[in-house]
Amino acid sequence: MALGSTRTLVRMTATTASDLSSVTSSDAALRAFLHGLPGVDQVGAEQRAAMLGTRSIKTTAKAWAIDLAIRMVDLTTLEGADTPGKVRALCAKARRPDPADPTCPPVAAICVYPAMVPVAVEALAGSGIHTASVATAFPSGQAPLEVKLADTRAAVAAGADEIDMVINRGAFLSGRYLEVFEEIAAVKQACGDAHLKVILETGELATYDNVRRASWIGMLAGGDFIKTSTGKVPVAATLPVTLVMLEAVRDFRDLTGRQVGVKPAGGIRTTKDAVKYLVLVNETAGDDWLDPDWFRFGASTLLNDLLMQRTKLTTGVYSGPDYFTLD
Amino acid sequence: MFEYAPAPESRAVVDIKASYGLFIDGAFSDPADGASFKTINPASEEVLSEVAEGGPADVDRAVAAARKAYDKVWSRMPGRDRAKYLYRIARIIQERGRELAVLESLDNGKPIRESRDVDIPLVAAHFFYYAGWADKLPYAGFGPAPRPLGVAAQVIPWNFPLLMLAWKIAPALAAGNTVVLKPAETTPLTALLFAEICQQADLPPGVVNIVTGAGDTGRALVEHAGVDKIAFTGSTEVGKAIARSAAGSRKKVTLELGGKAANVLFEDAPIDQAVEGIVNGIFFNQGHVCCAGSRLLVQESVYEPVLASLKRRMARLRVGDPLDKNTDIGAINSAAQLERIRTLSDIGGEEGAERWSPPCDLPDNGFWFAPTIFTGVTQAHRIAREEIFGPVLSVLTFRTPAEAVEKANNTPYGLSAGVWTEKGSRILWMADRLRAGVVWANTFNKFDPTSPFGGYKESGYGREGGRHGLEAYLDV
Repeated sequence: MALGSTRTLVRMTATTASDLSSVTSSDAALRAFLHGLPGVDQVGAEQRAAMLGTRSIKTTAKAWAIDLAIRMVDLTTLEGADTPGKVRALCAKARRPDPADPTCPPVAAICVYPAMVPVAVEALAGSGIHTASVATAFPSGQAPLEVKLADTRAAVAAGADEIDMVINRGAFLSGRYLEVFEEIAAVKQACGDAHLKVILETGELATYDNVRRASWIGMLAGGDFIKTSTGKVPVAATLPVTLVMLEAVRDFRDLTGRQVGVKPAGGIRTTKDAVKYLVLVNETAGDDWLDPDWFRFGASTLLNDLLMQRTKLTTGVYSGPDYFTLD
Repeated sequence: MFEYAPAPESRAVVDIKASYGLFIDGAFSDPADGASFKTINPASEEVLSEVAEGGPADVDRAVAAARKAYDKVWSRMPGRDRAKYLYRIARIIQERGRELAVLESLDNGKPIRESRDVDIPLVAAHFFYYAGWADKLPYAGFGPAPRPLGVAAQVIPWNFPLLMLAWKIAPALAAGNTVVLKPAETTPLTALLFAEICQQADLPPGVVNIVTGAGDTGRALVEHAGVDKIAFTGSTEVGKAIARSAAGSRKKVTLELGGKAANVLFEDAPIDQAVEGIVNGIFFNQGHVCCAGSRLLVQESVYEPVLASLKRRMARLRVGDPLDKNTDIGAINSAAQLERIRTLSDIGGEEGAERWSPPCDLPDNGFWFAPTIFTGVTQAHRIAREEIFGPVLSVLTFRTPAEAVEKANNTPYGLSAGVWTEKGSRILWMADRLRAGVVWANTFNKFDPTSPFGGYKESGYGREGGRHGLEAYLDV
C-alpha cells in the first residue's frame, strides 16, 4: 500500500499526459492507480470545508458572487409530473430570471428528462442557454449498457448539448473500476459533441477516498464535468465532497493539462450555501474554475433565493417569495 | 477574480477604559507607586489603554489578599459551591464571547476568526471542565481527600492571553487554591476584563487577583515568600530563572516552556489534509505557539509534490487586519518579537537555507511578517534548532522512519510533534518513540480541556489540562 502510493506520487509528478492511457489498460492497472492516489483524511477534509464556510462575503463581493452563482445555475426539473408547459415556463425564467430587472443575468442551462428536451430546445432557441438532459437510465443507472447508450443518443438527437449521466455504482463499489470507466467512455462517444457530466452519486459512495477515485475514473474516461449527485437519494451535494472533487480536477489538470468542470447538485437551496461553494472553488481549484463553463449548481429552488438576495442588495428591501415566480 | 470585500468585526461591542488599575481583593486599585505602561494594538500601533504596573508592595498586597481568601473562604468552601462559581464564570465567558474575542484580537493581533472560533470557546470549555472536577476531587486518583496547595503565583505569556489564564486559573480554583496572576505586559486587557467577569460572578474577593506589569512584577510575584505554588508559561530562559529561584523553597513549580516541534510527513499521508495541517501547525496564531510545528520533516519520495502543494496553499493565506473575519494571519504581537523573527530569518538565509514567501501586501503600520518557509535546512542550522515563535517554517527531509524519529527528537525541546500517515501501526510506532508531550496524528494544534498538555526536556515539566492538570494544584 505504502509502496503503491509512492509510485503514484512519483508518477503524478513525472508523467506526461500520454502515459496516463496505460493506467486504463487493464483492471489491475486501473486499480493500482486509483488505490495509489493519496488518501483523504475525513476529519481534515471536513474541517477544511467547515473553515472555508466561515468566510464572510459581504457587500460588493456578495453582489459579484450572487450574479456569478445565477450564471452557474443548471435550472432543473426532473419529475415524473413534468409537462411541456412547465418546462416552457422554466425556460422563460432561465432567460430572464428576474423579469423586473433586466440587469439580472440568465442561468447557464436547463436540465430536464430526455422527453422534455425538444420543448426546452425550442424555448431556449437563440438564448445561448444550454439544454442539459439526464440520460443513462437516470437516476439509478440500472439498465443494460445498450439502453443507456440509446438513451444518450436520443437525448443528443433531440438537441441536448449537455448530457448528465450516472455512473454504475454497483460496479464501482464492487471494485470493477474498468467496467465503470468503459461505460463512461462509451457514453462519452455516444454524446458526440455534447458535453458529458458524470454523476458520481457521492451519497452512495460512502467514503471520500471513493469520491476521489470515482472522480479520477470520470476524468480519465473523458468526462467534461464531474457532478456530485442525482438529487434523488437522501444525501446529495456537501461541501467536503465538493472539496475533494475540486482537488481532483485541480490535480488532473496539473497532470494532463485538461480542465474538467465540477457540478454540485441537490440540497443547495440558499444564497449562503451557494456563496460557500464559490469560496470553496476560489480557495481550492482557483480562479480558472469561477466560470459557468467550469462550475455549475444543479438546483431548482436556489435560483429564487439568489434573486431575493440580489434584490435585497440593490434595493435594501426584502421582497418575499410572492414576488418571484414559482416553477 | 473573487475579491473578498472587507468584513470587519465591530469594535463597538467592547468598551476599553482609558486606564486600568490592579485587581486585588475583589476591587480595582491604583499601584502603590503610581507606575503604569501603555498597551497597544500591534496591528496599528494605536494605544489602547494605560495599565497599572505592579511593584513589590502591590504584589505583597495581592498575595496577602489571596492568602486571606484562601484561609477564610475558598479552601473551606465545599467543592460543589466552588463549582457553582466556576460554572457561572464559564457561562458569562460564553455570553460575553464576542466582546472577549474582539478585545483579544485588538490587544494581541491574532485574527478574529481564531479568537472567536478557537481561543474563547476553549476558555469557556476549560472553566466548564474544571468546574466539573471541583466536587469530584476524591475521585481524581490523588487520595480520598486531596488538599489544595494554597496561594498560586501564575505568570502567563502573550500568545494566548485569555486561554493561558483559563489553563492556570480554572484548575487552581477547582482544587481550592487562590491565585495571583500576572498577564504578559503586551496583552493585559482580556485578563482585566476577566477580573470584571469575576466581579460579575460574585466571586469572593481575593480568590482571583490580577497584577499587571512586566518582568520585574513577575519576578516579585514568583519570588514572594507567601506563595505556595508557581505556574509559569513562557520562554525557557525565564523558566530556568524561576526554577533556580524556587529551588530549596517549599514552592511547587510547573513550567510550560518553548518548543521546536517536528511535523513528520510520510509518503502515504493524506497529502491535501497534511498540507492543511502543516499550514495550521506553523501559521496558526502567526506561529506564536509554543507547540507550533516549526520543523517539517518530509519523506524524500514525496518532497516535490508536498512542497509544491504547500506553496500553492500558502499563496492563499490572507494576511492583514486581525478584525477582518476573512483574515488568516494577523499581526506579530510586538516590535521586539518582530525583531527576533527577522533576525533569526536573516540568519537562516545567511546559513544557506533557501527562503520563500508568497507575494503578499503587508500594512504600513503595525508589526507584520509574511508567512515564510526555508528549504534546504539541516539539523545544524539555527532556524532548525532555536524557537523562532513566528510564521517561519523550516523544511527538512528524511528517508526512513528511524531517521525521522532521530531528527524529530534531536532538539533540546519536547513539547509536541505531528505524524502524518494513513498507516495506523506507524502512528503508534512513532508516538512510542517521539520524545514530546503531545503527539498529534493526522492533525495538529488541536486542544481540549480533557487532554493533558506539557513538555519533555527543556519544554518544561508538569501537565496542564485533564485529570493530570489537577495534580499541579493539589498537595499530593
